[in-house]
Amino acid sequence: MAPPRAREAVVPSPARTEPGTGTEPGTGPSTGPSTGTGPSTGAGPAPPRRLPLPPLIAALCLALVASLVCGAGLGASGLSWGEVLRHLWAGLSGGVISPDEVAAYTIVWELRFPRALLAAVVGAGLSAVGVAIQAMVRNALADPFTLGISSGAAIGANAVLIFGALGALGVWALSAAAFASALCAMILVYAVARTAQGLTPLRLVLTGTAMYYGFSAISTLMVFMAERGEAARSAMMWLLGSLAGATWASVPIAAGAVLAALGYLAVSARRLNALAMGDETAAALGVDAGRLRKELFLLAAAVTGAVVAVSGAIGFVGLMVPHAARMLVGADHRRVMAVAPLAGAVLLIWVDIASRTILAPTELPVGVLTAVIGVPCFLLLMRRRGYSFGGGA
Amino acid sequence: MRVDIDDLTVEIAGARLVEEVSLQVGSGQLVGLVGPNGSGKSTLLRCVYRALKPSAGVVRIGGDDLHALTVREGARRLAALPQEAATEFDFTVAEVVAMGRLPHQRSAARTTDEDRQVCERALARVGASHLADRGILTLSGGEKQRVLIARALAQRPQVLVLDEPTNHLDIAQQLEVLSLVRDSGLTALTSLHDLNLAAVHCDLLYVIQHGRIVGSGAPHDVLTAELLADVFGVRAHRVPHPESGAVQLLFDRLTAARPSSKESR
Repeated sequence: MAPPRAREAVVPSPARTEPGTGTEPGTGPSTGPSTGTGPSTGAGPAPPRRLPLPPLIAALCLALVASLVCGAGLGASGLSWGEVLRHLWAGLSGGVISPDEVAAYTIVWELRFPRALLAAVVGAGLSAVGVAIQAMVRNALADPFTLGISSGAAIGANAVLIFGALGALGVWALSAAAFASALCAMILVYAVARTAQGLTPLRLVLTGTAMYYGFSAISTLMVFMAERGEAARSAMMWLLGSLAGATWASVPIAAGAVLAALGYLAVSARRLNALAMGDETAAALGVDAGRLRKELFLLAAAVTGAVVAVSGAIGFVGLMVPHAARMLVGADHRRVMAVAPLAGAVLLIWVDIASRTILAPTELPVGVLTAVIGVPCFLLLMRRRGYSFGGGA
Repeated sequence: MRVDIDDLTVEIAGARLVEEVSLQVGSGQLVGLVGPNGSGKSTLLRCVYRALKPSAGVVRIGGDDLHALTVREGARRLAALPQEAATEFDFTVAEVVAMGRLPHQRSAARTTDEDRQVCERALARVGASHLADRGILTLSGGEKQRVLIARALAQRPQVLVLDEPTNHLDIAQQLEVLSLVRDSGLTALTSLHDLNLAAVHCDLLYVIQHGRIVGSGAPHDVLTAELLADVFGVRAHRVPHPESGAVQLLFDRLTAARPSSKESR
């Protein structure tokens, strides 16, 4: 099994050339070295990089509702949109349906709609956690995987899928095992990364990444040792991410965790801005960086664990959606936190629709499709807009 | 509002970086902290702007123990320009200045008109209003420093702490930064490398070596040839500034007989 993404460059770039931080003495003609992509000093106004927020959010909310409906409507069974909407309404309002429609109703309301809803929750959660983690470790390459939590969750999931652990818990076994092992991974990473000075960004990234490889190796070994081909296949599927197991039962816990996290991050957005400027600056602005980082770590671990438990290890979303959001609305976390979860939710609903329709009845791994759909979108966006997280472009 | 540091000690991993330092900054004064690299200037200042907790000793601000205040309360009285790698996040200048309002805002509250006015005035005061929509990463060193001063002013503090604010700036920018600090009228404590700048701009100087204060007073009294030889390992000649009469220093080239490889400017 290959790791989901190349991750050879998680260490913050040593080659920062910010004016004022370089080691070379006597830098700086009066115009100063410019590290960004914007116009050089003294040139005209900056290009219009930031979209107005209210229309963008309105558009994303509309897109979210439309995507949820599409998620319930699109599929192999050939239901008409009228039927789909009627069944959705019946489900939402507790209405009555005739006995011959039970099959169609089940498809729409019991299978597709919770699945679309879960996709939205997972997409929003991964995106929000990605924003939080990138601010927490001030690293453009950080994402929910960086802390080693999702690969930790995979061990628990594999234990269930391959070796039939926790059989007594029935349908809950997979989620429970994934969440429990995510928590163990989190405690381990926290214990190792922590120093007398608290959690420092670089140590957190390095520890998380090292653990990621360790946990992945264990998962790989488990798949390798699996005797039954089908078990190995479903373990593989889980590692690449899948929403195929979605039921109404899996929605509440994940949705609760994600909504709580969104609320916390929304009121913490200003503190995230201060943290992104550096620990010293945060302190000078009245923000206890150490405590905030600890809170964010717990939040990231809990949300990642809850999300990964129901969807497997879906890559890319948590890494790229935050960047895409910043390209659209700038770096201010109050704006980013408003846009990224919505965009992530919409993206993942469509990725999931694609995963179950393109080669129906075979399902493609969601992790593969997030990359197939996301990478071109992301590269296009990056080329079209000046974006300089990381100080270069 | 005055700042009094009493017997401040910082010990990290067994090493005493700052030892029993006492220092006073009178209300409205600009006080300079000078000393060789590694002498404990930044460590001391970090204790004052709350990035570090001292092992012993007290920092009093307006008579109150700073470390007994919440971080937020502290940040309403005291703002700082830390010596820190600039962010990699592409905030606009306006967003950076707006961060100065953080200690005054409830976390869920919206930005008020007052917040906006304070930020606009702060930016205007440092002559950087035209930069408001620019990305912070696109600014020159001097522009960036002006913006950070605006952020500090937006905090509406009574005390300003600066850690080598003139680093990597050209001479005009260095003079500009120090006169902005001076013109703010705030009580200010700053570390400086350039002794001649310090001599001209500061009311009082404290000299720190190996974590201890080894000299303090008016620049004219502190910057003696002996002290410079002793602390920085350089030979200097004192000359009066032709117009202001302030003490200025001319340095000899180092000779082979220089006792240690101490760094100096």
